[in-house]
Amino acid sequence: MIKGDPLSRVLFVDLSLRRFWIEERQDLFEERLGGAGAAIELLQEECKRGVDPLDPRNPIVFAVGPLNGVFPLASKTVAMFKSPLTGNLGESHAGGRSAVAIRLAGYGAIVIKGASDTPVYLAIQDDRVNFRDASVLWGMQSSYTVGRVIRERESGGGIRTIMRIGGAGEKLVSYASVVTETYRHFGRLGLGAVFGSKKLKAVMIQGKRAVKVGDPKLCRETYRELYDAITESPAMKKYHDLGTPMNVNGLNELKALPTQNLKRAYFKAAHSISGEVFAEGFLGRRVACAHCPVACIHLAALRLPYEDEPYFYKTLMISYDYELIYALGSLLEVDSAEGVLRLVEAVETFGLDAMSSGVALAWATEAQERGLITEKETAGLKLRWSDFDTYIKAVELIVEQPNDFYRALARGVGYASSIYGGQDFALAFGGNEMSGYHTGPAAHIGHLTGARHSHLDGAGYSIDERAATSGKSPTAVEIADRLLEEERWRQILSSLVVCFFARGIYKPQVVAKALRVMGYELTSEDLMRKGAEILKSKHEYKASEGFDFSRLKLPRRILETPTPLGYLTEDLIKDGIRAYAGKIMLSQ
Amino acid sequence: MSIRKLSVVDINLCVGCQSCMFACARRFGEAGLGKSAINVRSAGGIERGFIVVVCRACPDPPCAKVCPADALEPRSGGGVILSPRRCIGCQLCVDACTIQAILWDEEMNKPLICVHCGMCVDFCPYSVIKLETTEVGQS
Repeated sequence: MIKGDPLSRVLFVDLSLRRFWIEERQDLFEERLGGAGAAIELLQEECKRGVDPLDPRNPIVFAVGPLNGVFPLASKTVAMFKSPLTGNLGESHAGGRSAVAIRLAGYGAIVIKGASDTPVYLAIQDDRVNFRDASVLWGMQSSYTVGRVIRERESGGGIRTIMRIGGAGEKLVSYASVVTETYRHFGRLGLGAVFGSKKLKAVMIQGKRAVKVGDPKLCRETYRELYDAITESPAMKKYHDLGTPMNVNGLNELKALPTQNLKRAYFKAAHSISGEVFAEGFLGRRVACAHCPVACIHLAALRLPYEDEPYFYKTLMISYDYELIYALGSLLEVDSAEGVLRLVEAVETFGLDAMSSGVALAWATEAQERGLITEKETAGLKLRWSDFDTYIKAVELIVEQPNDFYRALARGVGYASSIYGGQDFALAFGGNEMSGYHTGPAAHIGHLTGARHSHLDGAGYSIDERAATSGKSPTAVEIADRLLEEERWRQILSSLVVCFFARGIYKPQVVAKALRVMGYELTSEDLMRKGAEILKSKHEYKASEGFDFSRLKLPRRILETPTPLGYLTEDLIKDGIRAYAGKIMLSQ
Repeated sequence: MSIRKLSVVDINLCVGCQSCMFACARRFGEAGLGKSAINVRSAGGIERGFIVVVCRACPDPPCAKVCPADALEPRSGGGVILSPRRCIGCQLCVDACTIQAILWDEEMNKPLICVHCGMCVDFCPYSVIKLETTEVGQS
């Protein structure tokens, strides 16, 4: 790396002592680039083994990488922590302005330790950390309102990030998210609850430093190539136009769209919640993360009347993506775009992860249908497919947790089903709720083996989709190999930190060239090796916290509902897990 | 003679990607935003869209009028040219600009003055800003 690049600085904040200090860690960023690579090392160093995820000793690590603030679509921040949802590795990525703000405030990583005894928010301005009283903000349920207050109170419009929690984080819901710039999230695995456990309502970071590059001419040339590729490439077009919701119709036609808690993989009303319908009827504005010309964030304008007040309306701007439409749409059989948007709005306001929330509601609906729970548990609610008004009330109750049932549901479907039954149709993998792809074996082997139990770890759905098109199904070993290769490469992208949507542009040689601008001399092979090492570190951490491939459970439901590649067998999935587990600790 | 002038075409086209800000900073061979003379920020929350602040190249620039060191010289046809050697870093120009189009270079302790080069225009993916060339009479 370039000598003097502030990327090597790690800001430590101790909420218990209200102290902060900066450590120089050039070694770390030299060796691990940044982002996920640096964060897993910092988590290993700072997180005592076996600690409860809501204990003050669970640190929050935010990390960015050498390409943030330098090249387009290097727009993401990696958060690492011990997850309250899985009790193991928590890793979540978000864009907004978070990455540019952290990098240009002069840090490669920020580590937040301890816990405050009174509500607090952090205002980080270059080398200064202010511990601001958040007593007034505590209890504020809406993540939108918290953002508005801090936006007015702090300086730095345009060059800051405001990460905050809503009511769900305060109430320690295991899948509470951290919202940043209103429409982006550290969504998965419960970072919001870790914020809540520290009485940390928000973190504002601002900065606008210059970043020195090794060779300005090479920088301009590389930037131009990347920018032209990004703005002209057909690979990026899908993210511009309909955005990720273009998948709704596509996956439905493929019969891979999880519907009614995956009793089926086809939704007959899918078109009415498709990307096409959202774009035609609701798309009000498209916006971007800082340093991303693609602008994939689609905001729907939803005009709603006030029922008791004639000629009074509100127009809400609600961000929508495929995963939300799946989890709060097809999975619950909500068959109107307006219904989906109203449910999204509820989930976003409280700061809940949309996927986990949708899966929780779907499991609860089926459990009530089967009589495993009654209105006594649901506090009087009759959960019914497609009834979004009742689902909105259930979302409020998940946050409020008025009884044992909602307290259990607030810990995820894995936990809730261990108490109330229905584990066969509790759609969670390694403790994390399912994403919207019932495409075939690779998607589910990926959910089970991936370090984050996320569809984004190894993109198994894409292996399945290719198999469906070509008619050639890979073997379990081939699936494991491809997942592992993809997941290893993604460790590099998430160490730079480049948005995965740009993976078609940031190929190994392009990455090597961009890194040369920042003073790293690495070949494609070096990068692949580094990716494998970073993934290995994650699994070392996971193993030390009790993760064991041989104990992974799969919900029977995924075997009962056919995929585009036919019925899945337990043997195939287990073989895939075994093959993956056998190779994970190898260096390449 | 002809001069070049930057202007905002349609603010509603702006997605807030800030590619223009990064382009401006690269003029000096640096990444980051320390040298950027453009500011794009939300209009009170991203849901309301964006504000793009670029120098309007005023024909009678207030920034030049308040400079106690004559470091900002009015440019023929509008805008100003900075003479860094004269600048004393007082920041009066920053306050004088009604639209807050003068940003500050913290490292050099001097104002960042737009020279209307159009590098930002080349990197605006949605044509929010443009560079116009106009003929002006001899002054």
